[in-house]
Amino acid sequence: MRTLKIILTLALTCIFSAGVLSLSDKLAEHKIKENQKKAINQAIFKMIKQAAKIQALAGKKIQIYKAFDKNGHTAGFAFIAEGSGYQGKISILCATDVSFRKLLGIEIIESMETPGLGARISEDWFKQQFRGLSVLKPITYGKKADLNNNQIQAITGATISSRSVVRIINNAMKKAEKTAKNEQN
Amino acid sequence: MSKTKLLPIFKKGLWENHPTFRQLLGMCPTLAVTTSALNGLSMGLAVMFVLVFSTFIVSLIRRLVPAQVRIAVYTIIIATFVTIADIFLKANFPQVSKDLGPYVPLIVVNCIILGRCEAFASKNTPLKSVIDALGISSGFLWGLMLLGSIREFFGSGSIFGITLLAKGFKPLIVMILPAGAFLVLGFLVSLINFIEKRMKKC
Repeated sequence: MRTLKIILTLALTCIFSAGVLSLSDKLAEHKIKENQKKAINQAIFKMIKQAAKIQALAGKKIQIYKAFDKNGHTAGFAFIAEGSGYQGKISILCATDVSFRKLLGIEIIESMETPGLGARISEDWFKQQFRGLSVLKPITYGKKADLNNNQIQAITGATISSRSVVRIINNAMKKAEKTAKNEQN
Repeated sequence: MSKTKLLPIFKKGLWENHPTFRQLLGMCPTLAVTTSALNGLSMGLAVMFVLVFSTFIVSLIRRLVPAQVRIAVYTIIIATFVTIADIFLKANFPQVSKDLGPYVPLIVVNCIILGRCEAFASKNTPLKSVIDALGISSGFLWGLMLLGSIREFFGSGSIFGITLLAKGFKPLIVMILPAGAFLVLGFLVSLINFIEKRMKKC
């Protein structure tokens, strides 16, 4: 009897909680998506200076954006790279130049890394390092940044997070390149 | 149940039983998010929302929950309200949500909340529990805001984003770093102990 009551109490609490949560999630889903879209657009405008208009392309495996300048010429590309970090998903927005050769910058859209350590991937000095790196060969990481070797400086005490960012971007680059190349022709 | 009994319960959380300066509970958000007054305010409000609703529900069902699983049940209830707060912030205040980052989901493990559920709400009526929750969370709120304001003032020269110090001022970066949080907290706790001693002598 007693065990049954315990099980019932826990089950009911969980069912109730799940119900309330799925309801509030439904209510907020639309707004959250809208906010994310806004944040992505703003980040693209910031990284691709000439961009005046942004169009989302239907990439098969990856979300790609194409930016146009005032006259309607292509100004650059941006893609969303996603993968797991030290503590859950990291979502990175990467911008490249028109020819898809160089990174113009990256922006961390979503991450759950450790505050004070891994979360420092969102700091400007870390993100700035990706500016000007080549998209054609894999990015590496080390103790010092080296533009010629396509290398960034990892964050002290957060090697896993730094490595994750590099790996996520490297993986996404290949996928994004194909879609972008198709679009260029 | 007379009304005169409710006011002391509320007041207790504001000073005598102050969660930050007296009980030194919930130190993680206290030290981590108080880099600005606004962050302190939003964290305080999020905790208030979670605390009031969790203690209300816990108090409502206090006679139905078997003692062996009460902590598990409380935790689920708290986690539910924390997730609602998190979703709400993400939908309506994306910037605040980004600034507070993982500290909003971490309210689940804030010991003030489980502490109030276990120590007060599980033994008192819903009305009393809500009053107690309001008192404690108001105390937490003013504590965080004071801490945030002091750190923002010295660390960035502003309060609530409004610049207060002249251009020649060099911000004390240490104040918005973790070390600054400990320093300010230490000074505030000793100041409050000092005031308390003075008040007792009178």
